[in-house]
Amino acid sequence: MTSPTAELAPPLDLAPRVRSLDPADFSLPTGREEEWRFTPSDAFTQFMEIVPGAGYVTATGPALVVPIGEISSTWLPIDRPSAVSRAHVSHAVVLDIPADHESTEPIHLRLFATAAVSYEHLEIRFGRFCKATVVIEQPVDAAICGAIVVTVGDGAQATIVNVADSERTQETMLAWHADLGRDSVFHGTQVSLGGSRLRILPSVAYRGPGGNAQLLGVFLADDGQFMEHRLLVEHDQPHCTSNVVYKGAISGDKSHTVWVGDVLVRREAIGIDTYEINRNLLLTDGARADSVPNLELETGDIASAGHASATGRFDDDQLFYLQARGIDEETARQLVVRGFFADIVSRIPDIEWQADIMGRIGTRLGVPAEIAGIDD
Amino acid sequence: MSQLVITDLHASVITDAGEREILRGVTLTLDSGRTHAIMGPNGSGKSTLAYVIAGHPKYVVTSGSITLDGADVLAMSVDERAKAGLFLAMQYPVEVPGVSVSNFLRTSVTAVQGEAPKLRTWVKDMKSAMAELQMDPAFAERSVNEGFSGGEKKRHEILQLGLLAPKFAILDETDSGLDVDALRIVSEGVNRYREATDGGVLLITHYTRILRYIHPDVVHVFVGGRIVETGGPELADVLEAEGYDRYVTASA
Ligand SMILES: Nc1ncnc2c1ncn2[C@@H]1O[C@H](COP(=O)(O)OP(=O)(O)O)[C@@H](O)[C@H]1O
Ligand SMILES: [Mg+2]
Repeated sequence: MTSPTAELAPPLDLAPRVRSLDPADFSLPTGREEEWRFTPSDAFTQFMEIVPGAGYVTATGPALVVPIGEISSTWLPIDRPSAVSRAHVSHAVVLDIPADHESTEPIHLRLFATAAVSYEHLEIRFGRFCKATVVIEQPVDAAICGAIVVTVGDGAQATIVNVADSERTQETMLAWHADLGRDSVFHGTQVSLGGSRLRILPSVAYRGPGGNAQLLGVFLADDGQFMEHRLLVEHDQPHCTSNVVYKGAISGDKSHTVWVGDVLVRREAIGIDTYEINRNLLLTDGARADSVPNLELETGDIASAGHASATGRFDDDQLFYLQARGIDEETARQLVVRGFFADIVSRIPDIEWQADIMGRIGTRLGVPAEIAGIDD
Repeated sequence: MSQLVITDLHASVITDAGEREILRGVTLTLDSGRTHAIMGPNGSGKSTLAYVIAGHPKYVVTSGSITLDGADVLAMSVDERAKAGLFLAMQYPVEVPGVSVSNFLRTSVTAVQGEAPKLRTWVKDMKSAMAELQMDPAFAERSVNEGFSGGEKKRHEILQLGLLAPKFAILDETDSGLDVDALRIVSEGVNRYREATDGGVLLITHYTRILRYIHPDVVHVFVGGRIVETGGPELADVLEAEGYDRYVTASA
């Protein structure tokens, strides 16, 4: 869909109003703010003030763990929790991928927390013209609050897969921002499975023309989980591309997911191409999915812009078709849900990680081992 | 030797506006090795009959019975009916995104046969079954029916018929939308199934041309939700020449 001119006015200005290193610059959420209106009032309260004895997130693998004072990040927190974390995190995990480096094997970053509540600051820098995939596994046994800051050099082809699959008692709150160089390609895939409550804030900015951001996500909420994904793509450079595809499956009483996709196209962003879609599958009654795609255009001089959102239930005809071939109802449902996620998971450029993530989804759905992997 | 018996079957479709009776007393006995053609005008309830036999949740049976070798089919869930040996080739096969044909077929064959086929022979069997229907092996990796042409969907249905080898196959307008070549390929697939398994076939069709390839033992004329006339293959020739007008007027 090319957006009608009606969307040109009035400007909503979806960009966060406050960006600051100082937590005091962000007032405590009341629940009336746009960015907090879907979030349960008792969620994430532990991240609003400094937690005495809080730890930090550290890593195994090829990353360096350095005192926070040694990094030169220009990223500014976007809300109170990310500001609290940035102000108090003692160490950063830093991964530098050299210019022109090409790795076929994905780089696996397994993160650990040093305390029950831990702040995270992860910096990943893709050098110019490098080509690499980084798979991040978030800590499993701690409450995590912080940021992933990604810089993609000119002409680089960068892929990040961020897997949030913590214990079911833990809260996770992560802002992850990618800054795209000229003619670079960034694939950012969020996999949200675990935790009690999860709030993920992916954002993209472009430093030059020709950048291409593919923001993909899968989330699976059941058993009362709350999962919120808020995306912001800010186009202020010409001839860039953004494509956002998030898919969620929600089941169980009181399970609730929120997806908000804000795409902002500034006057300078001529010739850009942007599309965003969120599709949700409600697996049971009582599950709730909020989905709000926002597209704000300050110029009509673009290649194409579109957005879509669809939340549906199981397709009875799909289930019937599978069952009519002898497949029992439970297995048929699992096949349909796995199939629903498969197009996103299959875009992860590594077969083993595809299988790993499909396997995790399968396990959550109770799929027997012999069909738990991705389709072969 | 198996027998599918349908007795005075009445069924309604469940719509937003309530239930509407479509089947008005269908009675039919089908034996192994026999092929019955069911011919009738659009909207007469042929697909409804097929769906009710397979157990689609959109329809309710209000009276009558269906038995397979004496077992109550109406008491079975959809997958139990398939495991019991009933197969429906659908008029409009459903797309299932993200589920590959090969995974779907293996899961289905495993369910119906009660054990997983041996991986080695399975791949060979699937490939040769696809080759017989002139299906590109690449179809195995595609999502079930997604983006398939009408003819490809029908070949895929007949591929499943061959692999699942049911006791009875209900083919709902498998011929519609096929060009002559595809019609011949699909018909040969059905005939191979008949020879290999001695299965019974309920061949639902609007046109007579498929009967040149698949020869029926019995032809039923289906109008207004029931069988209004039954005869031999020659009845199809009468229908070809005269159409359904006579029956439609009579039943109205
Ligand atoms: N899902 C449905 N909702 C509403 N009406 C239906 C539905 N399915 C079938 N019908 C109605 O039932 C009648 C018989 O349809 P169908 O069984 O598809 O006939 P045929 O296959 O002989 O063309 C038609 O009038 C059709 O409109
Ligand atoms: Mg029909």
